[in-house]
Amino acid sequence: MRYLPTSDEIRRQMLEAIGAASIDDLFRHIPEYCRLTRPLNIPRGQSEPEILDFFQGAAAECAPGWASFLGAGAYRHFRPSPIDALISRGEWFTAYTPYQAEISQGTLQAIFEFQTMICQLTGMDVANASMYDGSTAMAEAVLMALRISGREGIVVARSAHPQYREVLNTYVTQRGLAAREIGYLPDGTVDLAALEAALGPDTAAVVVQSPNFFGAIENWEAAAAAAHRHGALLIAVIAEPISLGILAPPAAADIVALEAQGLGIPVGFGGPYAGVIATQEKYLRALPGRLAGEARDHEGRRGYVLTLATREQHIRREKATSNICTNQALCALMAAIFMSLYGKDGLRELAEQNLAKTAFAAQAFAAAGLQVLFPSPRFNELVVQLGPGRAEAALPALSRERIVGGFPLRRYYPELDGAVLVCVTETVPRAAIERLVAAYAPAPATADPRELVSAH
Amino acid sequence: MAITRASRHLVQNEPLIFERSAAGKRGYQLPPLDVPAADLTGLGRLRRDQIADFPEVSELEVIRHFTRLSTWNYGVDTGLYPLGSCTMKYNPRVNEQVARLEGLAQGHPLQPEELSQGALRIMHLLSRYLLEITGMDAITLQPAAGAHGEMTGILMIHALLSARGEARHKVLIPDSAHGTNPATAAIAGYQVQNLRSNARGTVDLADLDRVMTDDVAALMLTNPNTLGLFEEDIHRIADLIHERGGLLYMDGANMNALVGRARPGDFGVDVMHLNLHKTFSTPHGGGGPGAGPVAVKSELEPFLPIPVITAGADGRLRADYDRPRTIGRMRSFYGNFGMFVRALAYIMANGCDGLKQTTEDAVLNANYIRRGLEGAYALPYDRPCMHECVFSDQKQQAHGVSTGDIAKRLIDYGFHPYTVSFPLVVRGAMMIEPTESAGRDELDEFIAALRAIAAEAETEPERVKSAPHTTRLSRLDEVSAARQPILRWRR
Repeated sequence: MRYLPTSDEIRRQMLEAIGAASIDDLFRHIPEYCRLTRPLNIPRGQSEPEILDFFQGAAAECAPGWASFLGAGAYRHFRPSPIDALISRGEWFTAYTPYQAEISQGTLQAIFEFQTMICQLTGMDVANASMYDGSTAMAEAVLMALRISGREGIVVARSAHPQYREVLNTYVTQRGLAAREIGYLPDGTVDLAALEAALGPDTAAVVVQSPNFFGAIENWEAAAAAAHRHGALLIAVIAEPISLGILAPPAAADIVALEAQGLGIPVGFGGPYAGVIATQEKYLRALPGRLAGEARDHEGRRGYVLTLATREQHIRREKATSNICTNQALCALMAAIFMSLYGKDGLRELAEQNLAKTAFAAQAFAAAGLQVLFPSPRFNELVVQLGPGRAEAALPALSRERIVGGFPLRRYYPELDGAVLVCVTETVPRAAIERLVAAYAPAPATADPRELVSAH
Repeated sequence: MAITRASRHLVQNEPLIFERSAAGKRGYQLPPLDVPAADLTGLGRLRRDQIADFPEVSELEVIRHFTRLSTWNYGVDTGLYPLGSCTMKYNPRVNEQVARLEGLAQGHPLQPEELSQGALRIMHLLSRYLLEITGMDAITLQPAAGAHGEMTGILMIHALLSARGEARHKVLIPDSAHGTNPATAAIAGYQVQNLRSNARGTVDLADLDRVMTDDVAALMLTNPNTLGLFEEDIHRIADLIHERGGLLYMDGANMNALVGRARPGDFGVDVMHLNLHKTFSTPHGGGGPGAGPVAVKSELEPFLPIPVITAGADGRLRADYDRPRTIGRMRSFYGNFGMFVRALAYIMANGCDGLKQTTEDAVLNANYIRRGLEGAYALPYDRPCMHECVFSDQKQQAHGVSTGDIAKRLIDYGFHPYTVSFPLVVRGAMMIEPTESAGRDELDEFIAALRAIAAEAETEPERVKSAPHTTRLSRLDEVSAARQPILRWRR
């Protein structure tokens, strides 16, 4: 086996050194009934060309090179070449958690920089080293709010990501808790009046996402004011971090649960991504997950260490703030590199391009006679009502155009049957937007064939 | 012993990226916009000011910055990384290459199933191989890490017991367990009851018999345990748990000792998680991402998180969301798909023979170290080990030298330290897991280094206690860092 640095002769010599007659001797203390006495039913080991062949075949079945209008919590943004060049260094990706600070300063300083940039983006005082993803960050943020407040009520905007809400329910159901969901207004934003009416003296957390699942921008200040009037914490959820290049950060929130995928992490069929929880200084001790902090060495030189570990499972065991052990360090590193490259001006320009493309798409849909729902300001997603069955019917036409269309909302919002969520990032050229609109547009009843031709 | 393996080398200093920043520098260029510019007036107060103090640097500065930082790290590529229970094995390069193929790296998790068959096939095939390796009946790949897998498993146990109409409140956890086990049980709403180890370092059956009541939902067992010892009474443990209506959860962190040699499904385990980043070579990435698939016996299959990947009679694969008894969703989308790609590439590269050989080499290497260090360090449980062995600093303590000091001194000799002060059942533990990726030469150098340090502890203990002496920084003050935390840069 090409990965093993040992030969049969060396193995024999090592067994001799140990005083074992055979390798079986080393497994003799496993009771006989536990032992597997047949070979695993897995094919023989394969060479690199065979492995490449298999995966290239699989990748070819997944629409490589197509234009994509899917967002819904996973956003395709251009990933500058330095990201993969840098993270492919073995010192980054083959290292473990930086417990031994002297030989982990690279990872520790990068996490510290990541934490800082997340604070700058979100307007929070502190951010952790990352969580699994946005959905689990949101669930853990709610658990954190329960701990801080000592209350048990959870109120969630139904315009927050449906899968995030599913994860939250999984996390709290066992405790006998359930999140109360608040509907949305015709403009696509959460119904703040209904939300406030649902708050009471036992409400621990109000959870609002912006831009929300429909792409609509929520009013952080109003949501925070409502939550705070009832002594509850506002958890601001951000699934598309590029939006923070142009949108006001949720500075009035108590906790921010952010998905960092948009910051240079591949869409990659859903993971790995990196969630983050950021919060205000006063809630630091309730924060789950790893934290890198500045420290001085014995000669006073500046360095970084993992800190406040007394919150964590390996020290506190059942009294820890969370059972989380890992963070998503390599994904956080991608995000740190991405943010460094784009920087102050670049992130704003990127956000503006997303806004512009989406505004253009909205106008194009409207011009084609399709109804664009939810008129409130939006970032890079919009909801288009095509009519039931139309999205599915358009699939062959989209395939011919090598386009992955929008996400049908029916699975999560039955009342929006026939509507699709369309995401338009900077990676989509104008021509692709026009082809998408054409594929979705209802065929004119008395179409002049010459017009159809010229439309292409 | 003269240190021959490691020596000093030119290392660049590097400030924080913010300290490299200057107004007007840039490291990006976007293509010109091909649609009209956005009208920002509509945003009104929803618009932000500039992102204060965000970096402004050029591309080359970014490359140099993160390259210089990387040289301060030690990785598996650098050398032996014998962290116990972490399984720091080689991360094959072909894994990285296939994970970056465009269709897989750019594919969207909500793509129509007909445009996702390749990705679904990868998940389906990996699931099949993992079930064959574990001897279990059904699996979810969704959990993002080992601890997340533990939580998934415990929630499924809770769901099954609820379906049986039973309310049980306790989870049993041996004192040698990883800290995630009790934290998981607690976060899932269970009371944790600790279970003592016996003098042989394994579960104390008498203690288990005493605490295994009808209020106990499950025993969370790591096998082999964190001492590197196989629980030889596993079938009596399993029987005892099952007879009294509980379930047996296995923490599969140490599966690298068993693949191709023994299957948890054959020795009474009901639920287990695997760490793809340990046993199946996906990179640790400086602390993640990992992946923690959970395999179960058929009785627990209805409770798997959604979606479940299924194959139709025509071979078409689909994601099944229609599962009324599911515990729900543990994470968005399918989980850490990129890790599934890498783990499958690893299993394919090894094949049935390579996987078994890997297990055997891992166990051989650990026993070789155990024999090589005998006499120099105390061995609290003097039994044949599996993939890792645990020594203690008991002899060195006489000279005021602790396991933490020895670990730091190992850095001077060119090695990453072992796991320090864990498991908790051993005072001053030194937990060593060489994995199959260490060749004999490397093991000999490592043994010689640890023996040299044992000698230093007697003759010049201060040298060990003030180590490391060769790194950029040494002995960072963690106490002050925690007392007055500085968790971000400010101008």
